[in-house]
Amino acid sequence: MATIEQKGMYRSFPRSGKDVSFTHYCPGCGHGIINKLIAEACAELGLQDRTIFVDPVGCGVFTYYYWDAAHISAAHGRASAVATGTCRARPDAVTMAYQGDGDLGAIGFNNAFQAASRGERFGCIFVNNSLYGMTGGQMAPTTLDGETTTTTPFGRDPALTGHPLHVCEVFNQLAAPVYIARVSVADTRRILQAKQAIRKMFEIERDGKGYALLEILAPCPTNFRMTAEKAAQFCITEMEKEYPLAVFRDVTKDATPLVPRDVPRAADCAALFAEKTVVPPAADDPAIAEKRFKFAGYGGQGVLSLGLTVAEAARLERRHTLWFPSYGPEQRGGSANCSVVVSGTPIGSPTVEHPDVLVCMNQPSYERFVGDVVKGGTVIVDETVPLTVAPPEGVTVVRWPAIRLAEEFGVPKAANTMMLAALKKLACTGLSGASLEAALVASFKKKPELGEKNRELLRKAEAREG
Amino acid sequence: MTKFVKGNEAVVIGALYAGCDLYFGYPITPASEIAHGAAKWFPMLGRTFVQAECETASVNMMFGAAAAGKLCMTATSGPGFSLMQEGLSYLAGAELPAVVVNVNRAGPGLGNVYPEQSDYTPAVKGGGHGNYQTFTLAPASAQEMCDLTIKAFEMAAKWRTPAVVFADGLQGQMMESVALPAAEVPRPDFSAWAAQGEPKTRANLVKSIFLDAHAQEVFNEKLQAKYEAMRADALAESCLADDADILLVAFGIGARIARTTAETLRKQGVKAGCFRPITLNPFPREQLAAAAKGRKILSLEIDAGQFADDVRLNLAKAGLGAEAAAVKMIHRMGGEVVTVDDAVKAAKELL
Ligand SMILES: Cc1ncc(C[n+]2csc(CCOP(=O)(O)OP(=O)(O)O)c2C)c(N)n1
Ligand code: SF4
Ligand SMILES: [Mg+2]
Repeated sequence: MATIEQKGMYRSFPRSGKDVSFTHYCPGCGHGIINKLIAEACAELGLQDRTIFVDPVGCGVFTYYYWDAAHISAAHGRASAVATGTCRARPDAVTMAYQGDGDLGAIGFNNAFQAASRGERFGCIFVNNSLYGMTGGQMAPTTLDGETTTTTPFGRDPALTGHPLHVCEVFNQLAAPVYIARVSVADTRRILQAKQAIRKMFEIERDGKGYALLEILAPCPTNFRMTAEKAAQFCITEMEKEYPLAVFRDVTKDATPLVPRDVPRAADCAALFAEKTVVPPAADDPAIAEKRFKFAGYGGQGVLSLGLTVAEAARLERRHTLWFPSYGPEQRGGSANCSVVVSGTPIGSPTVEHPDVLVCMNQPSYERFVGDVVKGGTVIVDETVPLTVAPPEGVTVVRWPAIRLAEEFGVPKAANTMMLAALKKLACTGLSGASLEAALVASFKKKPELGEKNRELLRKAEAREG
Repeated sequence: MTKFVKGNEAVVIGALYAGCDLYFGYPITPASEIAHGAAKWFPMLGRTFVQAECETASVNMMFGAAAAGKLCMTATSGPGFSLMQEGLSYLAGAELPAVVVNVNRAGPGLGNVYPEQSDYTPAVKGGGHGNYQTFTLAPASAQEMCDLTIKAFEMAAKWRTPAVVFADGLQGQMMESVALPAAEVPRPDFSAWAAQGEPKTRANLVKSIFLDAHAQEVFNEKLQAKYEAMRADALAESCLADDADILLVAFGIGARIARTTAETLRKQGVKAGCFRPITLNPFPREQLAAAAKGRKILSLEIDAGQFADDVRLNLAKAGLGAEAAAVKMIHRMGGEVVTVDDAVKAAKELL
């Protein structure tokens, strides 16, 4: 039982809902001792104002009753994930997670391990009492070979449950942690060592040095079904055999925290999202009928950017517009398509079931979509595509040498620009040639010279195919 | 100033204008562009992006950041949203503001990456354990992916609750013009309850545990009272509804299909209108009742009917039992979206 007036501890524990001054721990429980050591170290170093504790679910769940500091009570197993969020949100705080061996070793192992691997700036105090204390003494990953628990009533059998998990040794394979150690609170000498180690944990986090892990072997007399003295003895003779006390790593002397590399910076959101060319918002004009487009071909033929260019031209003319790509595994088979809707009024349904204009760069897409085109609609198809399927009645099909022209001009990648030439020449988009050209140039924002080059090619193609 | 962006990118823009300081996320199609945008833009503004090891971690990282008094978010799709349910319950239980964007894909199981609204129940009713709800908003355009993300942060902070932006794969991938917000929202002050590692917050404690059954009940009652009060912030819109014989009820992308359907029906002489809940929770019950009274109702959705059931429930609770009993549904699933042709046909069958 904790004595009151301990440094860093509350005098009584109103956070428990009752005005009591004894802890909820069983007599002889390791948690009680560890709680006092933590409270003491935090207070002695003058860190109570700066510290944020992240508490576990396990017998340590009510640690917030006792220490005079800000606390966050995490979900079972998640204290290291929670502490990650906390220390990222408050880099100037001293963030300290507290976890049991079921909490950290089983359900939350990956969260703890990954936080350690990322080198998060928090300390993790890991209480190993070789079992699940709170839920009634079940096996934990740390349970010793042969140890009897409520879920290993015949003793832990490695043939069925594997061997005890050595958390420090596993974490010691990681590059980021600056301090990894195992201590015990089973007798006075060990408690004094543990106290030094806990102090060190606070100093590391106070100085922002990085991730630190401290495993503490602790007796659980209740679930060991032993007296407090015997339980402490079990910690020393049995647990230390499996889990030797050691400092596995201590690079805190030389550790200088990694400083993130520079990235481009913007002063604020407005600066970050500023556009070079200001496109005004769409203006409503009910006289302009809605037009629906579909652009399809093989991935790499540039059908997605062709659609984007048409959408951009519509934007330049202050039309309402949207663009929607095929995505996911659909793209991986090699075919790609996108839909574009252009309208004088806000657009309802975004899906293009029946395009007014269909552009096809390959045979599969022609075969797939030609039947959907509305009466009076236009299909522009590359001349290499055999017209294996008859178009619906009233649909005009134009065969256009997009691929051939691009090759003849020595820019095979520009087949989509050649298709844009067809769209412009046939005047089937409802958009002006000037807008289409401006949008084409704008689509090469990052390489303006390519924009001009493509405009030239587009005009050449128009002139050639007279 | 307008930008032509994907809905997913618009979410990030909204979050940054809303004052979101931390993003935690794990990749999943069709939500990944949100992580991509956040990974680029958050650091450029000196804010924090963390790629978590899983969605369980993302949501718990949010718990830690929100408990420390900062606005934070994550984005995911169905499978990741499932993993976040425990964390959402803890966020609600600890009354922490945080925003989760769910770009719904088809399920169950791995399903596929195409649009569905099938996470309706967990996104709207609180999918984790315990008596909790989230504030849930359903955008229908890239502009709203931005604007309703901002609203989600505002509501999360106002009500100290996790908020969900409930979109779908189509909206995530679709590009539209977005008018940028006029100004950034100032950061709220959470120092009254948050653990900030500062002298003034030393006594603060963030938790969701009440060991005493009575205390837990009192807390539950407080939560329920909060959810009741939240109803004042319900949002909805309708179009062509004033003289309608048939009312199409739909949300998110479905509402846009419904609008085109109503316009098409009007051209064919059928008086059709639309009602769209913008907040799914709180559900705009009174607004729906006003629009639906005496009308035939067709619910249009991309799920198995979870939304239609909610429409019926809300109509019944508003005293419109007859309308509720007569609600019909048109829906698709699996990544297929209701077509205007089919919706027009279904509406005519109601007459
Ligand atoms: C998701 C979830 N699963 C199970 C539990 C039940 N539970 C509470 S504490 C605990 C084990 C605690 O063991 P440990 O982490 O070793 O802490 P100890 O009590 O031994 O200190 C379990 C399984 C829970 N709270 N949440
Ligand atoms: S059950 Fe064990 S770990 Fe839990 S308080 Fe009692 S002695 Fe401590
Ligand atoms: Mg334990």
